[in-house]
Amino acid sequence: MRAVQHLIDLLAGRCETATLSARDWEGVIGVARGEAMLAALAHRLEDAPLPAPVAALFFDARAAGAVATKQALWEAEMARRALASERIEFILLKGTAYAAAGLSCAAGRQIGDLDILVPVHDIGRAENELLEAGWEWVKSDPYDDAYYRDHMHELPPLIHKTRDRMIDVHHTILPQTHRTTPDPLALVTDAVMTESGFAVLAHADMACHSAAHLLADGDMQGGLRNLWDFHCLTRDFVAADPDFWGRLDARADKHGLRAVVHRAARLARDVFGAALPGDWDRRDPRDRWFMRRLLARDDWGRAGDFALRQAFYIRSHWLRMPPQLLARHLWTKWRRRGAR
Amino acid sequence: MADPTFRAAPAEALRVEPLGEVTAIFDRRSTQTHLVVSPLPEILAAMGGEACNASLLAMRLAARFDLPDGAETRAVLSERLRELAALGLVEPA
Amino acid sequence: MRHSTRITVGPVRFRIGSDWRAPIAALETLYADYPGDPVRPADATVRLFAARPWRRWLRPSVHIGGDFIVPDALPLPLSMGLLAAEMGMNLQVALGWRRHLLLHASAAARDGRSVLMSGISGSGKSTLAALLGESGWRLMGDEFTMIDPGSGDALAFPRAVSLKNEAIGEMAARVDAARLGPLLSGTPKGDIQHLIPRPEAVAAMHEPARPALLLFPRFGDAAAIERIGEGEAFVRLTEASTNYTALGEAGFGALTRLVRTVPAFGISYPDSAAGLALVEELWAEAVS
Repeated sequence: MRAVQHLIDLLAGRCETATLSARDWEGVIGVARGEAMLAALAHRLEDAPLPAPVAALFFDARAAGAVATKQALWEAEMARRALASERIEFILLKGTAYAAAGLSCAAGRQIGDLDILVPVHDIGRAENELLEAGWEWVKSDPYDDAYYRDHMHELPPLIHKTRDRMIDVHHTILPQTHRTTPDPLALVTDAVMTESGFAVLAHADMACHSAAHLLADGDMQGGLRNLWDFHCLTRDFVAADPDFWGRLDARADKHGLRAVVHRAARLARDVFGAALPGDWDRRDPRDRWFMRRLLARDDWGRAGDFALRQAFYIRSHWLRMPPQLLARHLWTKWRRRGAR
Repeated sequence: MADPTFRAAPAEALRVEPLGEVTAIFDRRSTQTHLVVSPLPEILAAMGGEACNASLLAMRLAARFDLPDGAETRAVLSERLRELAALGLVEPA
Repeated sequence: MRHSTRITVGPVRFRIGSDWRAPIAALETLYADYPGDPVRPADATVRLFAARPWRRWLRPSVHIGGDFIVPDALPLPLSMGLLAAEMGMNLQVALGWRRHLLLHASAAARDGRSVLMSGISGSGKSTLAALLGESGWRLMGDEFTMIDPGSGDALAFPRAVSLKNEAIGEMAARVDAARLGPLLSGTPKGDIQHLIPRPEAVAAMHEPARPALLLFPRFGDAAAIERIGEGEAFVRLTEASTNYTALGEAGFGALTRLVRTVPAFGISYPDSAAGLALVEELWAEAVS
């Protein structure tokens, strides 16, 4: 597991690029691709001395990353146009928000779907406007549809019929079945406007959501990138506002995300060397399981440790759903797989 | 009939390359390529930087291309404007 | 991984790892005379692996992975490990390469200029390129050709030519048997045998060649030539490119320049001899 260690050392600035051999670099490149972080690494090392072939590959990755960022921001612009006629306001989330706000973690960050937050009372209207503007349902399975609407924190995903890009319309930042329930009203009320004309979450909310997305919203796939987001966000916010950690504490409490945010901060410290204030700078023996999951990729870029991944998959469902519901969901999934 | 007003993409956002019978338009904001035929490039050119509806557009194009300035022309232009809006090349003003 | 090798084809350096020795050994034979570059780290990773540990021995089936994977791709039996490696290399280039505009096209060069041939599988583009490569042309590639957005030049990607079905006999009659790989019969694409390009083509693989002619071949009908307009050539080439949309304006610029500066024709031909004659005829006009 040298490659993943090199990757995090390079990102954290703990390792001189000149010390890596050709074999080390190809391991780093493979792992960075596996974590969807090649362009992010390329930005981080833009001014570092590099072997010529690596410098060329990183140049390509930055250029392609810039194109991908434009494409992601264009989806936000098209959603804005679609929702503008009905004056439906929305807040950008995750990667697109970081790019729209010009935050440092957006440099080379891969952005998949467009995630937006719409106040729950506007969800129906937003859905209509998007359907009118060329988005369509991805799946028409009635069980999945009901599942999304009743239990998740979003509409079933929509895909644009000509641009082939997905939009996820959320009305809160964690599934409603999740055992913690963030306060969506506070998220919307305190949202801020970027210079590019899009609303994004306030800094503390953005960090809370980043932590929730990392730890409470899935099986930690792509976890290293999400942790990098959290690390860059909190580092930059603290640099601009020395009281940020205190503000983040209060906000995490309000959303019921204190444990999640603190764990994300400890992982950012352990993986990327983040400096934490005294009351955040604790030890929790369970963190090492999360570390193992985050760094479970071998030198050939393979996501390893199958059992650990399964455990996290079950854990992520457990977090999201009360046990009764979980049993029913897994049963239905299983039966449908059997039927195919 | 409603005649909504649109504004074309700023000229510097578009790279327009005629390729024989079609015109390839590269939108630098979206990075999308649109392959269009007449009269879409002419409509974009006629709109310039100003907000424009089908009636105004019909007047401008009539002056340049010898078009009948009637209800039918306006209806066609209205339809083309909606297509351009779907591509993101014009937006409601 | 248990077994591995590294290969440079055109601008791309691969590392290929495998749970079995056989596919790696076969690659090392095919690519033995390609320029080595031991201090250069690989740009792309290909993995050939068994889905479960015991499947390394028990009815061994080769899954294709790497930096990019295609979900639900069917595994191949170990006897077709070489095909799996080739598919894995193609996949990584098709999905991961960003330095050049990648065209699904074969190419050959003469006097520093190139003919590009784009077509679906079965169009004969691969066979035509292989035949040109044996008749005074430099084979640039039978599957992918890269366009440099800065210069507009075509760059070679001369992997071992993947001969299919009838093309195998046709080429075997012309080349030294030492240049042919093992025959893979009954693959999902029919019979396949790899042809090692001539040493001159491998030695010149980093030399760019300005495009002079663009062809869209179609095998089967009577010999015919049809001029193709700039717009149609543009559309066909965007469809033949796996990274056009990812390159943004660089891709747009490269493609508009290509279709404006290079004449394009659709050709249909009943047999290889007729196909070669059409290429030579159009080439003579294009470079005159």
